[in-house]
Amino acid sequence: MTATIGHFSLVVALVVAVYGVVASVLGARRRQEAFTFSGQTSAWAVLGLLTVAVVAMEYALLTHDFSIEYVANNHSRETPLLFTIIALWGALEGSILFWAWLLAIYTSLVVYSNWRKHQELMPYVTATLLTLNVFFLGLMAGPANPFRQIFPVPENGTGPNPLLQNHYLMAVHPPMLYLGFVGFSVPYAFAMAALFSGRLREDWLFLIRRWLITAWAFLSMGILLGGWWSYEVLGWGGYWAWDPVENASFLPWLTATAFLHSVMVQERRRMLKVWNLTLVIVTFALTLFGTFLTRSGILSSVHAFSLSVIGPLFLSFIGALLLGSISVLVWRGDKLKDDAELDGAVSRESAFLVNNLLLVGFAFAVLVGTMFPLVVEAIQGTKISVGAPFFNQVNVPIALALLFLMGVGPLLPWRRTPPEVLRQRFLLPGIGAMLVGVLGYVLGITRLAPLLTCVLAAFIVVGMGQDLVVAVSARRRSSGEGPLVALGQLVARNRRRYGGFVVHLGVVLIALGIAMSSAFSQQRESTLRTGGSLAIAGYSVQLVEVRGYQEPQRLTVASSVAIEKDGRLLGTLEPALRFYPSLRTPVATPAVHSTLAEDLYLTLTAVEPDGSSATITALVKPMVAWIWLGGGVVLIGALIAIWPTPRRQVG
Amino acid sequence: MKRKRLRLLIGGAVLLLALGYLVYDGLGSGVVYFYTPFELLNQGSQAYGRPLRLGGQVVPGSVQWDAEIRDLRFQVTDESNQVVPVHHVGAPPDLFQPGMGVVVEGTFSASGVFESHNVLVKHSEQYAPPKPGESHPADAYRTLIKEGS
Repeated sequence: MTATIGHFSLVVALVVAVYGVVASVLGARRRQEAFTFSGQTSAWAVLGLLTVAVVAMEYALLTHDFSIEYVANNHSRETPLLFTIIALWGALEGSILFWAWLLAIYTSLVVYSNWRKHQELMPYVTATLLTLNVFFLGLMAGPANPFRQIFPVPENGTGPNPLLQNHYLMAVHPPMLYLGFVGFSVPYAFAMAALFSGRLREDWLFLIRRWLITAWAFLSMGILLGGWWSYEVLGWGGYWAWDPVENASFLPWLTATAFLHSVMVQERRRMLKVWNLTLVIVTFALTLFGTFLTRSGILSSVHAFSLSVIGPLFLSFIGALLLGSISVLVWRGDKLKDDAELDGAVSRESAFLVNNLLLVGFAFAVLVGTMFPLVVEAIQGTKISVGAPFFNQVNVPIALALLFLMGVGPLLPWRRTPPEVLRQRFLLPGIGAMLVGVLGYVLGITRLAPLLTCVLAAFIVVGMGQDLVVAVSARRRSSGEGPLVALGQLVARNRRRYGGFVVHLGVVLIALGIAMSSAFSQQRESTLRTGGSLAIAGYSVQLVEVRGYQEPQRLTVASSVAIEKDGRLLGTLEPALRFYPSLRTPVATPAVHSTLAEDLYLTLTAVEPDGSSATITALVKPMVAWIWLGGGVVLIGALIAIWPTPRRQVG
Repeated sequence: MKRKRLRLLIGGAVLLLALGYLVYDGLGSGVVYFYTPFELLNQGSQAYGRPLRLGGQVVPGSVQWDAEIRDLRFQVTDESNQVVPVHHVGAPPDLFQPGMGVVVEGTFSASGVFESHNVLVKHSEQYAPPKPGESHPADAYRTLIKEGS
């Protein structure tokens, strides 16, 4: 019954979405509002129907309805409540349903917030968003039906993939990522609407501002939470492995970040029009490509993915979308002449331009590294892998260059920079950077990449601080406000600029965390008898006891480890191994003692069945917490930038 | 205007060339071939000294682990029954078991031993509950469950 309701609502949603596309396009072509509104109303209907399907799936999961194949494969009677609910996005069919639902939510929000406004653009926006959903609904009505039934009905299911039910972060990481991915369909839809309608002035850019920063913030959080999950669950002590699945989420982030910057050049100088449209299209295509990479099974083998019809369908859709979008772009080419040219070689816009080249180059390098093994396997049949050394060798220089621009760009004026301005604005940050460089070297940061990161971080922070102090005192002179009021007013009137400053500060914290933790990490591994201890970087790690727990869904073998630093007891950690019935190898569950200065990261690698001894791997990594802290700062910055402006200040 | 445009183009071209060189050079040294024991032994002396990944199953009964000097030796095989001995310094990963799929990273030395710096357990994509009568590796650890916990 649940399956019938679920699948039926998907089929009806597909019909309604197709109708909505036709009505919207008719509304735009014939300029008949009735059609336009009808199209927009169908967006609401699609959301309603998809909500019914999502509720049906959750109901099936919660009531252990193993007659549905998806439930039988991703849930078991022993699965805890939280992991039952989030099984919705644990595998292919469910994540397509989740994606389509989020897309319907975004579509409805866009329709709602632009109701009876922008009559030329909106029908095309609705039509584009609904067309995208037609694809996902079509997949679910046919080959990827999440409500497919099986017979005989199994007594119990296999449960979710053990790696995915080992940590609560799985409840937030995928939704954030998907909210980011799907969020980029809104800028894409507006770009397409601008192209189709021919309204190619800058107004569509203003309409997507908040949507763009929102999607970007969700994606950034999704990526960081993924790194955090990897750190807390996978037990190898790292947070980023340049794994294709990670790269898939990073690629659209890079191009979206490029767009976030280049859009300012178009708003201010009416340049880079074609480039910006291309970036929107590419970013959106990369979000689809990311989902395809992670969900089609192509990564385990080129030949595996064609076993299902979904992979090739996805790939064809991405191809058609790219081809179609670029064709429209070329068709409108004559309306996309830039109104200005670059004036000075040293200017805000040239900094943005280089920033864009570097970000897109970064994305290109990551794409090459990710796809190269697949291409070689498809052509030669040999299996190769492109490991972290490739990505680090190529991307560390690019990342450092980007940090340099992050310091320089905000200090440069638009159009051209007179030499005295250059001297005046760069003196203090330059001195700060040099001082930090010398200090860092004296303190033992002798390797180039981490030292440069510190130097550039100092340049960026001093530069932003100087800019803020100058702006606040200028405001105080003219208005007579107190320093805090002046700062608040300044930020409120330039939310995007100062929100951007805060985001940059967050990125600096993340960069420092990454540079320090990768350059100065220490590792020791030792087999300890009960009562024995190992020493690492001033810590003493003592094995107290080894115990087993039986939980409904798993058997946990936990070691109880007392940790001391410089003779002071810090507490007890419990690195563990968890056995799930569906997996023959245990899932490591590391335990971390985290401070701002450094993390002590313990994994249990082996245990004697009689509990007499255990092998513990201990890692000491400096400044890992700065990465997660920086993520929080990035989020605050994004919130400042998108916070609604009171109405009277508009215009 | 013309000169500015030229300067811009040159700047862009220099950046692109630098990027192209980085990628090309990185791919030259950063690619790691993945071999099964059969493929590795067919390579002969060509395979010596290059960074490689060796994938296969751990031969039951071949594992020797000396906890004192943290020295691990085992053999890896595949369907062809060709066997490659592996030497690794450091503890085996999470409850390393004979018969399990592993990927070993390291180099193949001329002495015919694969010198590993990293042993990865292959978590198979297809996970399935044990068949009736089949024991689960976890069973060995049930003795660790204490009363009242």
